[in-house]
Amino acid sequence: MDRRTFFKASLAGGAALATGAASCPAQARGNKDLPPEALGLLFDSTLCVGCKACVAACKEANDMPPEFSTKDQYWDTPLDLSGKTLNVIKAYRNGTMEAKDRVENGFAFSKKSCMHCVDPSCVSACPVSAMQKDPKTGVVTYDKDACIGCRYCVAACPFGVPRFTYDKAIPQISKCQLCVHRLKDGKYAACAEVCPTGATLYGTVADIKKEIARRKTLEPGKQAMFPRGRLGGPDQSYPNVVGKYLDHTYGEKEFGGTQMLMLSGVPFEKLGYPDLPPRSDAALSETLQHTLYGGLIAPIAVLGALTFVARRNVKPEDEEGEQHGK
Amino acid sequence: MANNHAHAPAPLGGSLLTPFTLLLGALSAIAGIILAYRFFYGLGAVTNINDGYPWGIWVAYDVVVGSALACGGFVMALLVYIFNKGQYHPLVRPALLASLFGYTLAGVSVIFDLGRWWNFWHIFWPGYAQVNSVMFEVAVCITAYIVVMWIEFSPAFLEKIGMKDVKRKLDKLLFFFIALGVLLPSMHQSSLGSLLVIFGQQIHPLWQSGMLLPVIYLMTAVLLGFAVVIFEATLSSTGFGRPLETKVLTPLSRIMWGLLASYVALRVLDLLWRGALGTAFAATWQAFWFWVEMACFIVPLATLASDSARRSASKLFTAAVLLMAGGMLLRINGFLVGYQTGDGWHYFPSFAELMVTVGIIAFEILAYIVFVRKFPVLPAAQPATR
Amino acid sequence: MANQRMENMSETYIEETAEAASTVANRLGINRREFLQFCAATATTLGLPTGAEAAIAKAVEKAKRPSVIWLHFQECTGCSESLLRAEHPTLEKLILDVISLDYHETLMAAAGHQAEAARKAAMKAHKGKYVLVVEGAIPVKDNGIYCKVGGHKAIDMVKECAADAAAVIAIGSCASWGGMPSTEPNPTGASSVGDVLGKPVVTIPGCPPNPYNFLATVVHFLTFGSLPAVDQLGRPKFAYGRIIHEHCERRAHFDAGRFALEFGDEGHRKGYCLYKLGCKGPETYANCSTIGFGDAGESNWPVGCGHPCIGCTEKGVGFTKPIHQTAVLRGMSPPASYPGIVEQQGKASFAAAAALAAIAGTAAGGAAMLAKNLGKQDAEQQPRQKGE
Repeated sequence: MDRRTFFKASLAGGAALATGAASCPAQARGNKDLPPEALGLLFDSTLCVGCKACVAACKEANDMPPEFSTKDQYWDTPLDLSGKTLNVIKAYRNGTMEAKDRVENGFAFSKKSCMHCVDPSCVSACPVSAMQKDPKTGVVTYDKDACIGCRYCVAACPFGVPRFTYDKAIPQISKCQLCVHRLKDGKYAACAEVCPTGATLYGTVADIKKEIARRKTLEPGKQAMFPRGRLGGPDQSYPNVVGKYLDHTYGEKEFGGTQMLMLSGVPFEKLGYPDLPPRSDAALSETLQHTLYGGLIAPIAVLGALTFVARRNVKPEDEEGEQHGK
Repeated sequence: MANNHAHAPAPLGGSLLTPFTLLLGALSAIAGIILAYRFFYGLGAVTNINDGYPWGIWVAYDVVVGSALACGGFVMALLVYIFNKGQYHPLVRPALLASLFGYTLAGVSVIFDLGRWWNFWHIFWPGYAQVNSVMFEVAVCITAYIVVMWIEFSPAFLEKIGMKDVKRKLDKLLFFFIALGVLLPSMHQSSLGSLLVIFGQQIHPLWQSGMLLPVIYLMTAVLLGFAVVIFEATLSSTGFGRPLETKVLTPLSRIMWGLLASYVALRVLDLLWRGALGTAFAATWQAFWFWVEMACFIVPLATLASDSARRSASKLFTAAVLLMAGGMLLRINGFLVGYQTGDGWHYFPSFAELMVTVGIIAFEILAYIVFVRKFPVLPAAQPATR
Repeated sequence: MANQRMENMSETYIEETAEAASTVANRLGINRREFLQFCAATATTLGLPTGAEAAIAKAVEKAKRPSVIWLHFQECTGCSESLLRAEHPTLEKLILDVISLDYHETLMAAAGHQAEAARKAAMKAHKGKYVLVVEGAIPVKDNGIYCKVGGHKAIDMVKECAADAAAVIAIGSCASWGGMPSTEPNPTGASSVGDVLGKPVVTIPGCPPNPYNFLATVVHFLTFGSLPAVDQLGRPKFAYGRIIHEHCERRAHFDAGRFALEFGDEGHRKGYCLYKLGCKGPETYANCSTIGFGDAGESNWPVGCGHPCIGCTEKGVGFTKPIHQTAVLRGMSPPASYPGIVEQQGKASFAAAAALAAIAGTAAGGAAMLAKNLGKQDAEQQPRQKGE
C-alpha cells in the first residue's frame, strides 16, 4: 500500500513536472525590445560642470521637498537619490582633484536618475502593476494609487533608483518619470532643459544614439558644436572642447539596455555605475516563473496528482482517528 | 503503528495564567505599541530600513524565515497523506497548529511592513495583479495557504464547538484541501527563493544561485519543517510535562537526514559549478556567516549519521535546533547579509524593530499554548507509551 | 615681513594718523575723513588686516613720491582714462599725489622734444628708482616698426626705459598679455611687456583694469618697499587670485540652475545667471565680482548690469573666444558639499546589536540546557532499552 501509492505519487508528480518542463522553451524569454518611440536622456560626464542646475530644476518640476544632509539646514543637499530626490549630481574625487575627467588626481561628475531600462526589474518585480513601462515611449512610470509599498522595486533595481519615503505615515515610491507630466505643456525633462552645457540631453533614443556616434568621431581636445536641451528641438548648440571619451557607452548593452545612455572620461564604475551583464534580471526571473507556473499547467497537474493520492490516504485515517477519539 | 494511531488529540487543559504566558503577553503588548507608533509616524520612525536595505528583518525574518519555520504542517501533511506514513499522524495536528500561527502571523506581519498596506487587496485584484512578479506568486500562495490551513485545522474547532454536520461534510472534502496544503507551500516556499533571482548581482555569489534558488529554498523549507516538528514535539513534551515522542521522531529524522545530505550536496555542487566557492574564503562578513550557516547544516549531517544517534532525544533536539538556525541563516544571509545594492549602505535592525519581531514570536507561542490547552491538538497522553 | 612692519607702524597709529591725514588732506584739498576712507579702501583691496590703513596713511603722507614713467604703445588709453575718470572725485588727485608722473604722453603738458627731454631727464635723475608703467602692447613683427613714438620704436623705448627702472608694471591686458592688438591673426606681432623684456613684470590686466588694483599695487610698493605677491603670470594675487565666478553675486542662480537664456527674457530681467549667454566668469581671474569694475561703484560691473563677462583680463579668453560662447569652468574641483559616489548611509545601533546578541544567546543557552537534560534522559533510557 505504502509503496504503491508512493510510486503513483512519484509518477504523477514526474508527469506534471515534465509537462511544465515541456512548456518551458516556449515561455523562456529574452530581453525585451526597445519601444518604437523610446525617449531617453544622454548624460555626457565630460560636459557636466557640476552646477546642479538639473538637481534644482528637478525638485521644482516634480514638486519635491528639499533634503538636508548638513547640520545647518540651509540648502538642499541630498547625498543620494531618496524619497525626496529624483535626480542627483555626485562627484568622483581622487587625490588633489587637479583635472576633470581624470582617474588619478582628478574629478568627474556623475548623474543619478532613472535609467528607464528597456527591460526594467522594477516593472517585473512589482506585484500590483504600480510600476509600468510605457509601450510607446518606454518611460518607466509609477502609480502610487496602485502601490502597496512592498519596496520590492527598491530592492530589485540594480541602479538604486526607486526610493521610498520611510518617514511618512502615508509613504510612496519616488522615482524619475522623465517629466512625462510636463509633456502636455510641450515641455520635456527639466534636467535637460536647464542643463547649461548640454551634459544632459533629452531626445528619442534613436537620436541620442546618433549623437553618441557623432561625438565618438570627434577629436578630443578640439572644438566642436554640442547641442543643448532637446535633440530635435530648437537649436541651442554651442561650441565646446571635445572630451576624451571612453570607448564604452553605458546603457547600450548593460542589463538589456537602458534609455538613459552615458558617456564619460572615467570608467563608469568610478561614477557609481555597476558592471552589469547584458541579460536583464527581469528576463531571468520571468523565465523561471513562467517555466514553473506558465499557464498554471504544472501546478494544476501536480495538484491533480496530489489530490488523487490524498484522497486515497486521508479518508480512512480520519475516520479511524475519529473513532479512536470517541 | 496502530498504537500511534491511538494518540487521539485532546485539549491539555490547565491554567493559562503562568509567569511565562504573562511574559509572552507583555512582549506582545510592547510590539503592539511599537506597531501603533509605526502606523502613525511611518516605517522610518521605528525601523532602520533604508533605501540601501529596503527590506529589513520584518521581511527577512518575520515573513521569509517565519513562514519557513512554519513548514511543519506542510511537511507532516506531505508525509502522512501523500507518502502515507500513517505512523506520524499524531504529529500532524500540533505541527499544523504551529504552522497555522506561523503563517498567519507571517501574513499579518506583511501588513506591518507594507508602506501602503490599505492597498493590499490589489495583489488579488485583476487589473492590478501583475502575474510576472514573483512577489505576486508568493503573496497569493501564502494567502491561499493560510485559508487552506484554517480549513484543514477547522475539524479541531468544529469538534470543540460541536458542529458535527459541518465537520462531516468538510471531512469528505478534506483530502482536496490537504492536497492544496501540500502544493501551495511548495510553490511559495520555492518562490521565496525565486524572489532573489531578480536581485541579480546585488546578491553575494554565495547566495545568488539563480535558477536553483527555488529548489534550495524548497529543500530547506522541508528540512526546516522536519526540524521544527522535532523541536516542537520535544519542547511541548518537556514544557507540558508529557512523555517524549522519540520513537516517532527517530524514523522521521532518517528521512530528514537523507534530504539533508542531498541538500548539502546540491548546495556545494552549485557553488562549485558557479565558481562562487572562492568567495567563501575571503575575509568578509559574508564568508563568515556562510560558514556559520553551512556548519549548521553539516554538523547535524554528521551527528545524525547513525541510527543509534537518531534514537537520542538530545542529539535529535540539537540537530533540529541547528537545522532551524541553518535554514534561518540561509534566508537572513540571502536577504540581508548577502544583499548589497551599492557601497556605503548600512543596516542593522533598530531595537524597536527587534522588539516587534520578538513580540510576534511571543504572540505565536502564547497563542499556541492557549490553543493546545483549550482545543484538541496534542495527542492525549497515555502513560503506556512512556 | 610686510605685516610685521605694518604692525609696528600701527602702534603709533593714534598719534600719527591724525597728523598725517590732516597734512595730506590739506595738500589735496580734501577732508581728513575722505583721505582715511581712501586708505581703508586701498587696504581692503590689498586684503590687508585692520590697522593697515594707518600704515598706508603714513606711507602716503611721508614717502617721497616715486617718479613714474608711463609709456603708451598699442592701446586706446582706456587704462589711463579709467584712472582719471574714477568716480570718486579725489581718486585721480590721490594718484597724482602718490606718484610723481614725470612722463605720460596724454597727461603731460609738454610736447615734442620737450616731452622726450622730460623722459630722459627723469630717467637720469631717478636712475634705478623710478617706476616704469607700460600701457599697450608692443609690436615685434618686422623689427617692431608698427609703433613709434617720437621716431623711436616701441620695442626700443620699453627696453631702454626698463633697463634702469626699480619696477616695471604692465597696465591693461595689452601690456600684460597682448590684449586686443594680439588677437588672431595679430598682423603686427603685438606682444606683452614681459615677452619683450624677457623677464616677468607685474601685470594688471583688464580692459581697462580696475584703478584700485593699480593704485593698491603702487601703494603697496610705497608702504612696504616691495611689489605685492604675484602669480605665475605676474598678476597681484590680491586682485587676480580668484575666479570671478567664485564670488559672483549671481552665483546662487548658477547653483540653483536659474539662467538667462537670451537678452531681455524673463530670466535676464530677474537677474539670473548669465552663464548660458556666454559669461566668462568661470574661467576669468579677477576681482570684479568683489569690488566692481572700474571705479563705478557697487554692482556696476558687466555682470551686475546684465552683460556676460567677456574675460578681458584673461589671456585666451578675452578678445579670443566669441563673447557668447559658453565658458569652460576652470579650477572648479567639486565643492566639499557635493555628495561623493559612495556615501555612508543607514543606521546600525549598538544597543540593538547587543539586544539581538542577548536574545540569540538566551535562545542558544536554553536550547543547550534542554539538550543536556534530554541527554540525561537518554542515558537513563539507554540501559533500559538494552535490557528489553
